[in-house]
Amino acid sequence: MAKGGPRNSMPQQDAAARAKNFDEVALGYSEATALDEAERCLNCKTKPCVQGCPVNIDIPAFVDLMKQKDFAGAANVIKKTNSLPAICGRVCPQENQCEKFCVLGKKGDAVAVGRLERFAADWQAANSNGSKASFKPEHSELANYKVAVVGSGPAGLTVAGDLAKIGYTVTIFEALHKTGGVLRYGIPEFRLPRTILDREVEYVKSLGVTIFTDIIVGRTFKVEDLLEQGFDAVFVGSGAGAPKMLGIPGENLSGIYSGNEWLTRINLMRAHRREYATPIRMPKHVCVVGAGNTAMDCTRTALRVGAEKVTIVYRRGREEMPARGEEIENAEHEGVVFKLLTNPVKFIGDEKGAVKGMECLQMELGEPDASGRRRPVAVQGSEFEIECDTVIVALGQNPNPLIRTTTDGLTCQSWGGICINEETGMTSIPGVFAGGDAVTGEATVISAMGAGKVAAAGIDGYIREKHGIS
Amino acid sequence: MSTHVDGSPCRLADLTPDSLRNTVVRKEKLSPVLTLLEINAPLIARSARAGQFVMVWSGEHSERIPLTLSDWNADKGTITIIFQEVGRGTMELGRFDIGQDIPSISGPLGHPTEIENYGTAVVIGGGVGTAIARPVALAMKNAGNHVITIIGAREKSLIILEDEMRAIADEQFITTDDGSYGRKGLVTDALKDIMDAQKVNIVVAIGPLPMMRFVAKTTEPYGVKTIVSLDPIMIDGTGMCGGCRVTVGGKTMFTCVDGPDFDAHQVDWDELKSRKAFYFDEEKAARESLTAGGAK
Repeated sequence: MAKGGPRNSMPQQDAAARAKNFDEVALGYSEATALDEAERCLNCKTKPCVQGCPVNIDIPAFVDLMKQKDFAGAANVIKKTNSLPAICGRVCPQENQCEKFCVLGKKGDAVAVGRLERFAADWQAANSNGSKASFKPEHSELANYKVAVVGSGPAGLTVAGDLAKIGYTVTIFEALHKTGGVLRYGIPEFRLPRTILDREVEYVKSLGVTIFTDIIVGRTFKVEDLLEQGFDAVFVGSGAGAPKMLGIPGENLSGIYSGNEWLTRINLMRAHRREYATPIRMPKHVCVVGAGNTAMDCTRTALRVGAEKVTIVYRRGREEMPARGEEIENAEHEGVVFKLLTNPVKFIGDEKGAVKGMECLQMELGEPDASGRRRPVAVQGSEFEIECDTVIVALGQNPNPLIRTTTDGLTCQSWGGICINEETGMTSIPGVFAGGDAVTGEATVISAMGAGKVAAAGIDGYIREKHGIS
Repeated sequence: MSTHVDGSPCRLADLTPDSLRNTVVRKEKLSPVLTLLEINAPLIARSARAGQFVMVWSGEHSERIPLTLSDWNADKGTITIIFQEVGRGTMELGRFDIGQDIPSISGPLGHPTEIENYGTAVVIGGGVGTAIARPVALAMKNAGNHVITIIGAREKSLIILEDEMRAIADEQFITTDDGSYGRKGLVTDALKDIMDAQKVNIVVAIGPLPMMRFVAKTTEPYGVKTIVSLDPIMIDGTGMCGGCRVTVGGKTMFTCVDGPDFDAHQVDWDELKSRKAFYFDEEKAARESLTAGGAK
């Protein structure tokens, strides 16, 4: 088929079956499908797709190598600018990035760049006999300079990978007992299998990066201690670690979780598995408040844990849901119910203080608000109750306050995001850089990685200038 | 671990994985159910202050549990925790021996107890809470307070650190529920007598939830500032999940980052009690499966 034909669809686990297991939903292209999809690429000279990639992957170059069946070569092209291709190939919202600019997308379907990226990365991992690029640093003198990275999430791993590739000595400090940050505690394994995540973290370590877990910067020691005790620069990629709640009566009843708590219990602590000690109550009816990607992850996780019914409760309409279309579709196919234009106003508890329902108001859409989406307005006298034994509030997050409140001289936004120079990633403190959700509030994995790339270049420039290295 | 000659841990840029191993260096059974572990943790020991806690994880299948520090020694690079082996997490922790490494300890977390010269400070330790009360009493003493300590427990074998607390305190009282040691009765009986006899400026109470709640009830009519150290269910301990939500003065607080110390008169005790009890059945099953050999 190739040129001119439609985009190759992604094989998936059957919806009914997958809603009961934690295995990966998207199964990946076969070699034949990958080749066919690669053939669709017109290899435009102007490379419009690249402008949509926050980490500047040379997309036509890697797709061209795929056409020639040089999958390892393709993976190496990707890895030049992206240390985490198997992750990006799975969790990036490509429809808003590279694929959005694909010429084929104007009249038909864009090339499935993300799926090809995933195939190349997985192929290389499965056929790794000496085919990996080694990225031997050109400037061995840079090894004398040490960079501390706070957080081993997507931003931190990117900064660490980029700086290690050009020769710096990099140490990551991770607060939790496992690496990966939101990639591990936030993203469920049916979207990003743990073996893939472990492999990508190992790859960054193979570049010479040291990772210490259990270090809570801001508490175990401060950012300034890093600069005083031997590090030449610090990158803060501490993520968005403070869940937003609704602030309505009854929200602290038992059985009401933040999206983060729910996902952390299951993704990080594996509460759903018999041999793990962290508890989870077997839910009957789970209501998830919110309609972003995290909300979708919560619903689909709840189904897999064994909930009989899972409902999204969202105050706006379908068009306004912020989650990726693909994730909404996946949730719907797996049996999630959408209760739209519904706004919870109060939680109702039983005699033991556990949630047994919530009172909601029916909403209707009014004029567009500041976000450009139509503002939901309550319908007078429309109160009604939804029975449920578990509620997950997934409304997004604010940046974690630990570093902001313990770092003197660090300028932050009123809502807590760390202020940076957009071009270098540097904060108000010389030598201290930041990026990812700690700066923007909850966003995407790839935008955190893009910010990591900017900061890595900023750190490189800062150290070279300070020490007169050309 | 690698240290400078003066005993302080090496520079952060020179850390090695070996220097951060949480090796148990001392283990004591203080009673059949109370265990003390002194653990190599140089970075935590350097930063620790009275009232702060650590998150502990004993291995792949374990829970993360918060434990407030009983002691720390920055020179030696060690921290000390004392815990009652009542749940699966603490039972697993109790299995570590001298020379073994605990897989994960992070901290120190939470705000330190607010220490200043209040005048007369009553520091109350209930059961294993006495282990946490001791550094608070010491810090209060060092700040110039007249320190009165009360140690309470169900029965004599659960009274710990009596000598250590007496060495700090200007006055010390001991109560047991069954009268097997000290005064028969509750810590609140002793507290009431103290407040009737003299002006008390602050009370700090650390122990089981019912004890802290009754201390709050006892001091309220006297208008004495009362601080309690809360220990709700936690997961990450860094403000990320909100599992430790507690209502204080009508506002939602995260115990891990806003506490763990709170104004006892403002705490919604009923809510805290029900949130703590939510996983009672699951926790019981996890505990029983540990003694039976593994799964929950």
